[in-house]
Amino acid sequence: METIRTGKVWKFGDRISTDFMMPGHRVLANPDLTVEEAAKFCMEANRPGWAENEVLPGDIIVAGINFGCGSSRNGSQSLNALGIAVVLAESVSRIHLRNAVNTGLPTLVAPGITNFVDEGQRLEVNIVTGAIKNLNTNDLLQAEAWEEGSPPYDILMAGGLDAYMRAKVRERGLVAG
Amino acid sequence: MGMTIAEKVLAAHAGASSVKPGQYVWCKVDATSGHRLADLEDLGVDKVWDKDKVFMVDDHQAPPPTIAAANKVQNLRRLIKKYDITNFFEYGRGGILHQVFAENGMYAPGELIAQCDSHSTAGGVFNACVTNANLDAVHVLAFGELWFRVPESVRVVLNGTLPGWCVGKDVILKVASELGTDFGLYKSVEYVGPVASQMTIAQRWTVSNMGVEVGAKFALFEGDEKTDAFLEGRVDRPYEHVRGDDDASYAAEYEFDLSDLTPMVARPGDPGNGVPVEGVQGEKVKINQAFLGSCTNARLEDLEVAAKILDGKKVHPDVRMLVSPSSQAVFGEALKAGYLETLLNAGALVEHSTCGPCYGGHLGVLGDGETCISSSNRNFKGRMGSPLSHVWLASPATVAASALAGEIVDPREFL
Repeated sequence: METIRTGKVWKFGDRISTDFMMPGHRVLANPDLTVEEAAKFCMEANRPGWAENEVLPGDIIVAGINFGCGSSRNGSQSLNALGIAVVLAESVSRIHLRNAVNTGLPTLVAPGITNFVDEGQRLEVNIVTGAIKNLNTNDLLQAEAWEEGSPPYDILMAGGLDAYMRAKVRERGLVAG
Repeated sequence: MGMTIAEKVLAAHAGASSVKPGQYVWCKVDATSGHRLADLEDLGVDKVWDKDKVFMVDDHQAPPPTIAAANKVQNLRRLIKKYDITNFFEYGRGGILHQVFAENGMYAPGELIAQCDSHSTAGGVFNACVTNANLDAVHVLAFGELWFRVPESVRVVLNGTLPGWCVGKDVILKVASELGTDFGLYKSVEYVGPVASQMTIAQRWTVSNMGVEVGAKFALFEGDEKTDAFLEGRVDRPYEHVRGDDDASYAAEYEFDLSDLTPMVARPGDPGNGVPVEGVQGEKVKINQAFLGSCTNARLEDLEVAAKILDGKKVHPDVRMLVSPSSQAVFGEALKAGYLETLLNAGALVEHSTCGPCYGGHLGVLGDGETCISSSNRNFKGRMGSPLSHVWLASPATVAASALAGEIVDPREFL
């Protein structure tokens, strides 16, 4: 897992729900969509055209409070498919944060991030220590880092739940190998 | 130092004498849902840790409206057989999972359950720590264990006496409007006080169900004789009620006096946009659809109050009213009690039990510019369909009264 990530910032407001990331009538109602097809509808209701025409792989999302509130559908799956490098938010809903860890998409709680960076500026983020640098202003901000050795840290560092589980089911003898 | 309900339950399931907020623990989990069986198969694991503790029902696209959905549920049925899952509920014998699982004895006081679907906080009504596991429900299916970060606990003290025309929905919309939809973020919320005791199980259930709407990990009530009455005949294993200790540490305590509460609605956009209906009535908000359904508010007494309001009357000509009971068992009880006949005679469309309309999936999707008053839980932009539609959240009584009037009205004049 790449520890230092730099990218261009897209700013979103407070309470960006997972309904916005993965609209029910588009995605849940169409289970045959691929992950990439589903991602094209990301933020359709709140920012039409963003997923299809604006965001580029390696970009960073900065958001306000309670990012990923609402449904347990995995919004990080769509953000990941769009190539988002890291998500920084004032606060993140519990369910979304857990989904993000399991998807292997670094998502950090970074109090003060809203006023720290403007849309279009570039950030450098250390996803392990939580150190954030604004490459346009050289200002520094500290995000909450995952406790080393904690389960979410281990899962994130494994690259997500899938890799973590594959190792664990072998270790515990549920699968040969 | 005493412990809160969440701390006691997590400690007991972690095999520890005590735990502290912020601490990571691996816990034994008492039950889960079968949503991630396909992931388990993909890992090459050929059995679940305990087939009797896995519950499953297909509720979101039920029955399937498309071939893709049909193929998905066909695969689910194959997995149910392959893993020999005991508690699977086929169409006609199921409904919405939170209701169906409870009716079939999945939750008991003091238990720890991690299952799919965000509204899993609903199980907190039974004095059980029930919360969402999504992708990592597969970890429970494989090992019967899951990690938790011990949450801080907060108490919401519901004082006074709830006026006769107000229900759990009005309470939670009031709480969310005052404290915001993130006051419970990462936290265990305990609802206590005279109104918590006064409320019926169905009313408390709405409050726990919308726990996720205030960010909560758990949304708990203490156990009492009403809890036991519901569980009787459904849960035959022994259990004990769990209470927070007097010297337990709570991150915050919020008090509400609800004696003067009036019916609430949440304006479109966020469940925290609650305001008294009486203040909205003057705006003459015309509605196209009235939805009485979802895991939040479609239990027997919800259908009963709607039937009382609509008895001998007709739904407004410009409105379609959709009714979807929270389970097929509730459907049957409402049929027997005559509520469904009353609703049919009033011109309502009575659907089977489904999640469909609430999440904009099917059986009630909104078109451009349409407005719906809904007894469900979320009113985000585009939640029930078009991003150009509008969803107002309210109690079953307010939904039924508004269906009659054709616009959002205070139900008190109809009761």
